[in-house]
Amino acid sequence: MSMQLLSGWGRTAWTAANVIDSTDPLMIRDAVMNSGDSGVISRGMGRSYGAAAQNAGGTVVVMNAHDDVKGPDILLDSKTGVLDVAASVSLDAILRISVPRGWFIPVTPGTRFVTVGGSIASDVHGKNHHKDGSFGQHVLSMTVLLSSGETVVLTPQDSPAWFWATVGGMGLTGIVLRASIAMLRIESSRVRVETERLPNFDSVIEAMSSDGQDDLYRYSVCWVDLLATGSSLGRGVLTRGDHASSAEVKGDEPCAYDPRLHVSAPAWVPNGLLNKWSIRAFNEAWYRKAPAKRHVGIESIPAFFHPLDGISRWNRLYGKQGFIQYQFIVPLAQTDVLRKVIETFSQAGVASFLAVLKRMGPSNLAPMSFPTEGWTLTLDMAAGIKGLPELLSRVDSMVLDAGGRHYLAKDSHLSPSAVRRGYPRLEEWMATRQEMDPLGTWRSDLARRLLLVPTRRIK
Amino acid sequence: MKNGVGAVQNIVLFGGTSEIGQAVLRKIVQPGIAHLVLVSRDIDTAETMSDDFTEKFEDISIHHVRYDAQSSATMCPIVDDICAEIGDLDIVVIAQGLLQENRDYYSDPMALVPVANVNFTSTMVLMYAVAAKMKKQGYGKIVLLSSVAGERVRKGNPVYGATKAGIDGFALALDHELAGSGASVLVVRPGFVTTKMTQGMKKAPFSTDAESVANVVSRGITADKKVVWAPGILQWMFLVLKNLPLAIWRRLPL
Repeated sequence: MSMQLLSGWGRTAWTAANVIDSTDPLMIRDAVMNSGDSGVISRGMGRSYGAAAQNAGGTVVVMNAHDDVKGPDILLDSKTGVLDVAASVSLDAILRISVPRGWFIPVTPGTRFVTVGGSIASDVHGKNHHKDGSFGQHVLSMTVLLSSGETVVLTPQDSPAWFWATVGGMGLTGIVLRASIAMLRIESSRVRVETERLPNFDSVIEAMSSDGQDDLYRYSVCWVDLLATGSSLGRGVLTRGDHASSAEVKGDEPCAYDPRLHVSAPAWVPNGLLNKWSIRAFNEAWYRKAPAKRHVGIESIPAFFHPLDGISRWNRLYGKQGFIQYQFIVPLAQTDVLRKVIETFSQAGVASFLAVLKRMGPSNLAPMSFPTEGWTLTLDMAAGIKGLPELLSRVDSMVLDAGGRHYLAKDSHLSPSAVRRGYPRLEEWMATRQEMDPLGTWRSDLARRLLLVPTRRIK
Repeated sequence: MKNGVGAVQNIVLFGGTSEIGQAVLRKIVQPGIAHLVLVSRDIDTAETMSDDFTEKFEDISIHHVRYDAQSSATMCPIVDDICAEIGDLDIVVIAQGLLQENRDYYSDPMALVPVANVNFTSTMVLMYAVAAKMKKQGYGKIVLLSSVAGERVRKGNPVYGATKAGIDGFALALDHELAGSGASVLVVRPGFVTTKMTQGMKKAPFSTDAESVANVVSRGITADKKVVWAPGILQWMFLVLKNLPLAIWRRLPL
């Protein structure tokens, strides 16, 4: 146990906690039973952007198997595709074992460096949400450590309330120790990708709507140039695809898989490196690089699903000030609000290194799961931008007035009232949480800020 | 809790009617604010000064606490009460101060006791009381309004200068002690600031106003600085003044 300063992937709002780095269920249980008034939260690879996996003044259990994945940690049934895996294992470790055997993780976010536990707690989604839903929908069962010290097995059939409260529950119902996941059959380790350039916001929306053939593709996402203005406002590059068949792949090992880290961001970067001008230049190049006419190609899994994983520690590129991610969703009909939000950010000159738009499918049964049917826009920005709290508060209102909500795994600024407006089933979830954790052990900085847990009074 | 864009939920100001303190609040109270506590001797004045916050921020609740900054014995219970009321202390701004310019301490030496109490003794007690909470919280920022007067104590008002020198040194060392705990101290060294405290006094070179000090403070909090100067040029001026040989220092028309 040691006192450590922790932050999310965005490297803002650092706070100190007692850190216990262990994947051993007995040690974890011991730490939970002996925690003080400030409670416990579990943390995987620290990839949620805000304060979801930190706990100021309390205990943080870091459950990250790193490269030390032992045999029993990942058990894959090659016939049925059922994966029985320890929560501390990363999607990266899973893919290295499953892809060569012809199985793919059913849902992957933009990075494979997240643990199974974190993926359940945030109910992560990927480019296939409109077809396959989010991570929790593919979990067959999970073993959860409760704050009482008891371990329970939750399934959607036998314990739906507790199961779905844990999916998207941000680690505030218990610690997921193990999960069983239904994997996706693939014939190759490649993806057939169609890429097209779209000149403005309207063409992007049209192409991604369900009648724009989006439903024909398992995976679909659009990169958006947020700095483009005027008639080019909202222009983007749309990529859609599916796993390639073995016939489409050359060579005799269609499932060969070799993800590599290419480069690492330097340890120190000045605050202003990513600014309006550098990002505008990048965006222009990125847009021009994409083929003007629809183009079909074969890409590797890392190139298509996890492009940023090629640069390790890319979160340092914003410098010491750190950065925030802003991800929200609005209902399908609210494209005007979506356009207004893009306009607002564009006018404010907010430079986003990465902005992506995706059409999401229907929501699942989890009260705190983020995705609902609608448009989700994700962007990142330097945390030090002048007037950012006011700007975000304005955009928050636009999103909430349109019936939208924000993704808690990305959040680093929401107010308690904003999360209550965005998540109408919050009270129901809080009641289930109370049932699962009557002692009020699970706490995080995010939960404290959003008043998801009782206010702490230090004596 | 503090958030990722530098806004906080709970702010406490000691010296609730201080003009610099109020100016700092106008900078650091941002969307997301939940509780604002003004601790002051004169609650009525503090109330009129805080009215516009209620209009501007819908989720804000403002609390007023009466205190006597001279009374070091009351500091710990006040801090306890505030925590019991609002929860965590995100930012605590300490702007309590007593100047007592042109006082004849030769004829009444005991007149310096209140200055020493408010600027030094009480403030140290207060800072330990707050730091103890913040250490347990695992985060939190104390903003101490010090003064360039403590950089090199001069004749004219050596009592004020000495208390500022003392508290400034204390605050820097306290921040050092807190390293790694998540809690920290920002020491603010303004020069001559035109406020009611300095009314009628002759302006010193590089004088500034409360709003400019507040800008410097707000940037200092965001950048997680240890010390800020207002205006910034004073840092370099005092680097020189501090190191002048005594013979020259004494001849300066300060």
